[in-house]
Amino acid sequence: MTDTLSNTHSASLERTKLIRAGLRRRHMSEAIFRGLGLAAIILALGFVALLFTDVFRKGIPAFTQSNLHLAVTFDPTVIDVGPAPARADFTSEAEYNAASLKWQRDVALLNWNTIIEQSMRAAAPAGYEIDTRALLTIPETDARHRVRAMFVENPALLGQTVDVDVLASANATNWIKGNINRDLSDAQQQLSPQARTLIDTFEANGTVSNGFAWSIFTNVDSRAAPASAGLLGAFVGTLWMMLIVVILAVPIGVAAAVYLEEFAPKSRLTDFIEVNINNLAAVPSIVFGLLGAAAFINYMHLPISAPIVGGLVLTLMTLPTIIIATRGALLGVSPALRQAALGMGASKTQMVFHHVLPVTFPSILTATILGVAHALGETAPLLLIGMKAFVASVPTTPFDQATALPVQIYLWQGNENRNFFEPRTAAAIMVLLAVMILLNGVAIYLRSRLEKRA
Amino acid sequence: MDMVAGKVKMTQQSVNSAMNPTDMLERPIRLTAKDVTVHYGQKQALHGISIQIPDRAVTSFIGPSGCGKSTFLRCINRMNDTIEGAKVGGTIKLDGEDIYDPALDVVELRARIGMVFQKPNPFPKSIYENVAYGPKIHGLARSKTDLDEIVVSSLRKAGLFEEVKDRLNEPGTGLSGGQQQRLCIARAIAVGPEVILMDEPCSALDPIATAIIEELIDELRENYTIVIVTHSMQQAARVSQKTAFFHLGNLIEEGVTEDIFTNPVSKQTQDYIMGRIG
Repeated sequence: MTDTLSNTHSASLERTKLIRAGLRRRHMSEAIFRGLGLAAIILALGFVALLFTDVFRKGIPAFTQSNLHLAVTFDPTVIDVGPAPARADFTSEAEYNAASLKWQRDVALLNWNTIIEQSMRAAAPAGYEIDTRALLTIPETDARHRVRAMFVENPALLGQTVDVDVLASANATNWIKGNINRDLSDAQQQLSPQARTLIDTFEANGTVSNGFAWSIFTNVDSRAAPASAGLLGAFVGTLWMMLIVVILAVPIGVAAAVYLEEFAPKSRLTDFIEVNINNLAAVPSIVFGLLGAAAFINYMHLPISAPIVGGLVLTLMTLPTIIIATRGALLGVSPALRQAALGMGASKTQMVFHHVLPVTFPSILTATILGVAHALGETAPLLLIGMKAFVASVPTTPFDQATALPVQIYLWQGNENRNFFEPRTAAAIMVLLAVMILLNGVAIYLRSRLEKRA
Repeated sequence: MDMVAGKVKMTQQSVNSAMNPTDMLERPIRLTAKDVTVHYGQKQALHGISIQIPDRAVTSFIGPSGCGKSTFLRCINRMNDTIEGAKVGGTIKLDGEDIYDPALDVVELRARIGMVFQKPNPFPKSIYENVAYGPKIHGLARSKTDLDEIVVSSLRKAGLFEEVKDRLNEPGTGLSGGQQQRLCIARAIAVGPEVILMDEPCSALDPIATAIIEELIDELRENYTIVIVTHSMQQAARVSQKTAFFHLGNLIEEGVTEDIFTNPVSKQTQDYIMGRIG
């Protein structure tokens, strides 16, 4: 051993050699580790890129939709219901109401498809042969409701011809966009040969054109008229749930964390509670769904399929996240700040609320937004409390039946009309992702802003 | 820079000449500690400390690291209460009142005994808010004008007002280290404490900032009873009138500063002052 440590020239040469021999191995292991890290990042980013390109490739076309530009004639021979009753012609309110109701019923019972058919035939080349049934597969089935609604709103339209845009049916849209293989035999096509040819003619003469699919944002879900199915109901349902989560989870979570971290005596009981809260964060979300069904619906008799129950379940799911994040943030506050406050004669509560919480506010806020965003993407617990029901209305209160964005994606994904709903599902995913990215962006923005100010 | 350096020189000459040792002994006693012990869990940190702290003078605690001087200081305003597992025994009396009396509110005590910490720790708020915080929570200002007055006079007393008067609304954390420490002193003064505890207030500061703080301590002594823990024997000699030497949790020797430094009784004190331990 004394040899290797001796300072003769040959000994130091020998040492340098030894170090050099080891160096190669050391550099090698560093290079391997760097390579592995880089590969991991590239792989992870690759999957994210794959997800996004796939969703965007499928989803972006769904944001355009085929419309039929029809000249609709409110033909008096079809609409033979007489003029709408006027209040002045009746002596009592009750009589007027009765007459008004009768008129509306008569209007509703008319075959408005005749009006649609007439306008379609008017747009088709003269003498084009197609039966009514095949013809009516081209516009979406809600076209007649739209025209009827126009008439009820303005009975003076009787006898006039008005330009109306109606949605093309899902099958027609598939044909126009090429979502369906045009070479398939007639037996495998959804539309009759006459209808397909007519659509092509319409495309050539400008009766059909593609426009932005506003219906995705302005309509509720629909099964009878799939081309008009939209996300509005699900979006509002999600907003209600988000509101409930923010109102309940944030104060409860922050208060629980502050109590546990700052005030609770350190004992076996608090240790036990802490362990349980940490474990709660890892409970599968579907279990929370079961709990919600048992506790909120069966026991408390809250309405099935309502955002209030969804919000409560998601609150329970978000609570552990917020508590853990808040406790972490409180733990990170420098003891110097606490001592400064206590040294000034601040009480413990004053210390917490005047100094500690304001400093941790950015972290708590970020954790909250991320927790809420995570909860919004949850689907499994909502399925168990009935939120996968088909709901074709916008919930006006949290107690109304509703569905949520991720559940709507799940429902559309399972729709039978694959050719039409696959792109629309991807479009819904894009909307959900946009909401998530927006929330995350807000979190990042607020955090950087508040931290700069502090 | 030159002006500051000049100030430093002056300070060093003026300190200690202000009060002669006999004056010191005639000072009324403000704080009396008797057999104070501190346990951190199983470990005993202080072994029966008894000392008297004179009114309106600077008392310094010196000793090597881990000798218990900071621990004892933190007993005086019960900051040890905030440490998990810390147990304090014995009695400490402020004007004859036991500060560990269960009936005494620790909030009131800390308003009467202010503290300045080792590392400057202003609140992450504006300079104004830093100083105004104490008077606000204790309800000392009757109006906004009152509060403004307290803030300005505290900053003046801490010798900081001229430097910050144009930026009272800027964050206190944006000041230099020395300014931050003076801000902390202003913050402590603002509640009108009778005693100010300083836990190595200059250990994180450069020599010039240190000199300014030392001069400030010398001025504050006219109105406040000051207890300062310091690592630097020179600092103790410069600013204090009474010195206590701690070693391994015991109070080895206490007395008039000049006596301790020129004529220590105990061998350990001698060794420490000569630089043989520490």
